[in-house]
Amino acid sequence: MPTVFNHRHLLGISELSAGEITHLLDTAETFRDVSRREIKKVPALRGRTVINLFFEPSTRTRTSFEIAAKRLSADAINISVSTSSVSKGETLLDTARNLEAMSPDCIVLRHSMAGAPYHLARICNASIVNAGDGAHEHPTQALLDALTIRERKGRIAGLNVAIIGDMLHSRVARSNIYLLTKLGATVRIAGPGTMVPKEFAELVDVGLRIAPSVAEAVSGADVVMILRIQRERQDAAFFPSLREYAIHYGLHADHLQQAAPDAIVMHPGPINRGIEIASELADGNQSLILDQVANGVAVRMAVLYLLAGGSRDGFIEESNGPAKPERKERQGNKG
Amino acid sequence: MDGARISRALARLASEIVEENHGTSDLYLVGIRRRGVPLAERMADKIADLEGVRPPVGIVDITLYRDDLSTVGAKPIVNRTELDDIENRNIVLIDDVLYTGRTIRAALDQLIDFGRPRRVQLAVLIDRGKEHRELPIQADYVGKLVPTKRSEIIKVMLNEFDEEEGVVIVERPAAAAEAV
Repeated sequence: MPTVFNHRHLLGISELSAGEITHLLDTAETFRDVSRREIKKVPALRGRTVINLFFEPSTRTRTSFEIAAKRLSADAINISVSTSSVSKGETLLDTARNLEAMSPDCIVLRHSMAGAPYHLARICNASIVNAGDGAHEHPTQALLDALTIRERKGRIAGLNVAIIGDMLHSRVARSNIYLLTKLGATVRIAGPGTMVPKEFAELVDVGLRIAPSVAEAVSGADVVMILRIQRERQDAAFFPSLREYAIHYGLHADHLQQAAPDAIVMHPGPINRGIEIASELADGNQSLILDQVANGVAVRMAVLYLLAGGSRDGFIEESNGPAKPERKERQGNKG
Repeated sequence: MDGARISRALARLASEIVEENHGTSDLYLVGIRRRGVPLAERMADKIADLEGVRPPVGIVDITLYRDDLSTVGAKPIVNRTELDDIENRNIVLIDDVLYTGRTIRAALDQLIDFGRPRRVQLAVLIDRGKEHRELPIQADYVGKLVPTKRSEIIKVMLNEFDEEEGVVIVERPAAAAEAV
């Protein structure tokens, strides 16, 4: 019996086993075919409702979830909430209670606070999908990156993956590090010293290496993953200027020559051309940036199918979230 | 029913299919996962023996089209559907057992999403009998009609998936097996 995926929510990669991740990727591979058909729709989630609740701006991820839901015949509703004026905790709770009253099957949440989806998972009957929570996790991004790597390289185990950029603010980096190391890849990271969190040192045991420079991280790498400089989160001075960042931590053509000959370049988007990645590399033939976007729809279809498809019984209850480890059993289980 | 009898039943179905369709032109065999797929492959070989031309074989996985998807507990594993252009083709759907007809309904819905075939026929190795049908669906080609009770399960075993080859009737709480 192969490993199946029986979680009620998808909150982060850190809670998943290698078998569960592989099952998600295998399912996504099947869904990739649906997007290549003339009629890009299957009836699997007919009559189910998916709410995309986004407290942060997003085009790619929100559209990707919306298309994924619609290709499964679910009804997708998008809600974008500005957080500028209201206290975030209250808004999230109130919004969640109101949405819950309309019985959605799945809520896809993006929020600037780490742990927000865990909070929602405690109060909602709907399945919660984390579409990015602060600097914590962005599990579907890591899954689509893994699907892209697997598609091109045929495997994840044994690969050398370099991740370059701002680790401190990057939920993409965290989810990817968890996923890639769980599946047996070696991950080398490089970024400004101010932007590599101290706690990453604990991950050295599972296959994380902290490289002193971009050149050393990229040298011999099979996969080079570039992170976006998140200008909206630069409230403190982590590096002197964007120009300086581009010189020391941007990916240039001569870096790539040191990587494995068939190395691939990835970026979660949106790209800051000429800052974290040279423009010609983003458009080059080693770049898989648009494959990543295509695979995003397949991965999100797989996630929605595995969470919102089938009966709502028989889920294993989620393990502890990072916010409140002593989580109690959910009240009023939905049948 | 043992391996030799499965093979003879398939050979007869192959000749019936060829006769009914006046040869193999346009013929497209489509196996329903899982056990319909090896049966379709074997059927194509039998047709090749008869006509010298092997018809193409496609695969449908009906998981996403199941009408009980919202009630089954564990989410069924989704496998690939592999179909070429079916527009205006002459399709023979192939499955191991015809019981309620719901699998065939799902397969038909999926086919229609891929295009508009000229004709769709149904071939099954075992027909459990019309009284079990929950939809107005009948097979055009039947390997063997096996009237069964609801409390029984037909187990089709094929070398491709199982250790042995044969068809047996099993009591639902897996008790003694009786050869068909």
